[in-house]
Amino acid sequence: MNNPILTCALLIFLLPLAAYVVLALFNRRIPRRGDWLATGVLGVCLMLSLYVFYAVLQTPKPLLVNVTFDWLPMQVGKAIAGGLMVDRLTAVMLVVVTLVSLLVYLFSVKYMEGDVRYGRYFTCLLLFSVSMLGLVLANNLLYLYIFWELVGLSSYLLIGHWFEKKSASDAAVKAFITTRLGDVGMFIGVAICYFQVGSLHYADVFAAVETGGLAGSWRTIAGLGLFFGAMGKSAQFPLHVWLPDAMEGPTPVSALIHAATMVAAGVYLVGRLLPVFDPATLLVIAYVGGFTAIFSATIALVQDDIKKVLAYSTVSQLGYMILALGVGGYVSGLFHLTTHAFFKAGLFLGSGAVIHAMHHEQSLSKYGGLRHKMPYTALFYLLATLALAGFPCFSGFWSKDAILADALGFAMVHPAHAFLPFAGFATVFLTAFYMFRQFFLTFTGKPRDHHAYEHAREAPWQMLVPLIILGSLAVVGGGFGQWFGAMNPKRSGIEQIRSFSEDGYSNPFTVKALEQADAGAAPASHAGSSEHAASTASTASTESTASTPETRREGTNTDGHGPDTDRRGGRALTVEQEAAHKAHYPAMALSTLLGLGGILLGALMYLQRRDGTTALNPATPATRFSAVYRLLWNKYYLDEIYMAGFIMSTRALSRLIALFDRTVIDGVVNFFGWFGVLWSFLVDLADRWVVDGLGVNGSARVVGYAGEKLSYTQTGRVRQYLVLMIAGIVILSGLCVLAFWGS
Amino acid sequence: MNSYIAIASDYLSKAAHFLGLTSDHPAGLHLYLIVAAILFVLGLVACMARRNAIGILIGIELILNAAILNFMAFWRFRGGMETDAATMAGPMFGIFVMILAASEAAIALAILLNLYFNFGTVEVDSVHQMKR
Repeated sequence: MNNPILTCALLIFLLPLAAYVVLALFNRRIPRRGDWLATGVLGVCLMLSLYVFYAVLQTPKPLLVNVTFDWLPMQVGKAIAGGLMVDRLTAVMLVVVTLVSLLVYLFSVKYMEGDVRYGRYFTCLLLFSVSMLGLVLANNLLYLYIFWELVGLSSYLLIGHWFEKKSASDAAVKAFITTRLGDVGMFIGVAICYFQVGSLHYADVFAAVETGGLAGSWRTIAGLGLFFGAMGKSAQFPLHVWLPDAMEGPTPVSALIHAATMVAAGVYLVGRLLPVFDPATLLVIAYVGGFTAIFSATIALVQDDIKKVLAYSTVSQLGYMILALGVGGYVSGLFHLTTHAFFKAGLFLGSGAVIHAMHHEQSLSKYGGLRHKMPYTALFYLLATLALAGFPCFSGFWSKDAILADALGFAMVHPAHAFLPFAGFATVFLTAFYMFRQFFLTFTGKPRDHHAYEHAREAPWQMLVPLIILGSLAVVGGGFGQWFGAMNPKRSGIEQIRSFSEDGYSNPFTVKALEQADAGAAPASHAGSSEHAASTASTASTESTASTPETRREGTNTDGHGPDTDRRGGRALTVEQEAAHKAHYPAMALSTLLGLGGILLGALMYLQRRDGTTALNPATPATRFSAVYRLLWNKYYLDEIYMAGFIMSTRALSRLIALFDRTVIDGVVNFFGWFGVLWSFLVDLADRWVVDGLGVNGSARVVGYAGEKLSYTQTGRVRQYLVLMIAGIVILSGLCVLAFWGS
Repeated sequence: MNSYIAIASDYLSKAAHFLGLTSDHPAGLHLYLIVAAILFVLGLVACMARRNAIGILIGIELILNAAILNFMAFWRFRGGMETDAATMAGPMFGIFVMILAASEAAIALAILLNLYFNFGTVEVDSVHQMKR
């Protein structure tokens, strides 16, 4: 425990755990149901996380803490080990989780004021934070899986917070079952790793990938299984249906769990285990991500519920991250995870403030003109919206740009996969459009529901402060890499993430020297100009996760196990990375154009002039392409398809099984029951007649009868007694004589 | 007449022979035992047959005397005088039994007296309060 980082990491996990236990046990006895305790503990955790993050930046070691202990000693074979680790990815995730948690707790204090289950709400939130922190601190697949399930559980509990509402309890069950479906795949992946590798440690699994211990179809299946788990949690295409429904939960929950952290756990999983996936699996990952991004963005175009729009936007952005990881953009994917966590949590909290002000009205068609009533909310909502839309210099711009560059570079090398950048760029346009549609409908124009509008007022400080912090982070989140010595904002955003992905690159003071070493190896750039250095940084950072096997093998080292992994001198860039580097500026230009175009179109269609009309009538495309509109409005009928395809068939199967159960199983059970009754009846008879009749009462009656009769010999005549006595003596002695005659 | 005497003496000699009274063993142990048994049976019959409690008491005394006779006979023929280790066990037992008989008679007579005071009779058959 002399390692302060280890102490901090343990405290970050154990303090909320202790608070959770206290809240769970003594909730009703704590004043204010313990909301101050939860918030305060998370505040302490945020301080500790920031310290850990700072310490990570200060050291060139990729892995600060890696503690392992025997958790389940086995009779046969190796013990199953548990443990925790702190590396750069963990440190960033810790900051994200604790920061968003803290702000959401603070927001909830006001938002959930007077709720029937106020204490339960904070208890579940704490359970979630504990599990999420455990998830990012785990250093093996088993612990990851355990906490993975725990975040699923707390998500279930919180979606169903208002379980009196049928839709809320249905949504909770749907979320739980859908993610469970993915978890089955994940469990298969974990099991394959255990049986092929013999250990569940990340380090051991990566070493096995490197040495060929986990290879061939086993590796493919394990990778697909693990990715299936990530698909469930991160709401990727076939399993995304639970996330929009999960908006039935309280809005702060949506912000914390279903936008910023838990759904990002799938992305975290893919990023953390990236060396496990082989090129084929990575291609699957890229396609699933790309398709999800554009697919759900189209649904978000027409949704009316403010939270549903944000939910589909979340699915779409998660698809982005998955796409980035699939094409090898480890850094860009996780960078986008961080920035997205901030601005999407800000958007959700902003929508929560709006919903709170409008008396739990969530329909966009009832809003309008709210910027006059809630100016601060509107301002910071706008900042977060701009970040999500990829407006230049906002945080989302940098991360999205990095992803698009990776995707474009990948497609330039493999023209067959042109769909991936196409989906990415199309989504930029769609995202900008639907976000500004939502913003204009909510905050500008004339109020459409005057009654609610009159009563709306600015959010209280408990709700405004988190919104302001997250909105500000949405602006500068891409740039706070400047802290550690980067020259310009574009580089700094990437630098921030690169610092935890690459060994030896984290210390700002060593960056330059290492870049020069890299520049010697990379033909593309020269370290002299800052622009080129920045590009090198971005390309070099993607190197660890390129999809060709040779570089992947090197990439396993860079994931940070063992402080003395080899420096990467002389390592060549792959063609994809070179292409990504070349694609950087075209991608940036194109995405900026498309984003601005989306914003413009949104403004044309939804920004009202003074006379209340818009430049383009939004009803025109809806009527002209009514079939498409209906398809989008009904979310491609996926729920209906699932209902008809899976749920109905499952129900039919259940009915069949129920029939079998009723007739065969119950028949057997009933037979044994009937047999038992008969047997007891027989035993009862035997008991009553044989045991009681003959044994107990019989002997008593015999003795009584004999006594009755023998009592007549009690004549009171002494002489008769004497006669009998003599007769007895004679008989006994006669018997003795007879018996001992011979002897 | 002589012939009757002859016949009688003949039977007597046969009986004496049967009893083992020969010139070699003028009076053996078994003769004493026979006498003691006769005494015992007489006492027993007296106990069983007499209704008078005093008669029963006399029967008991007879039984005790039979026992004393047995003690003395066994002492005389099997234990004491003929062996080197001469003891006085037989007579001592006899004296014990006599003392016992005396004390028993005293108690029994006291009981009889009470019997008589309470029931006005010493007929044991008429005293049957303990019957069922």
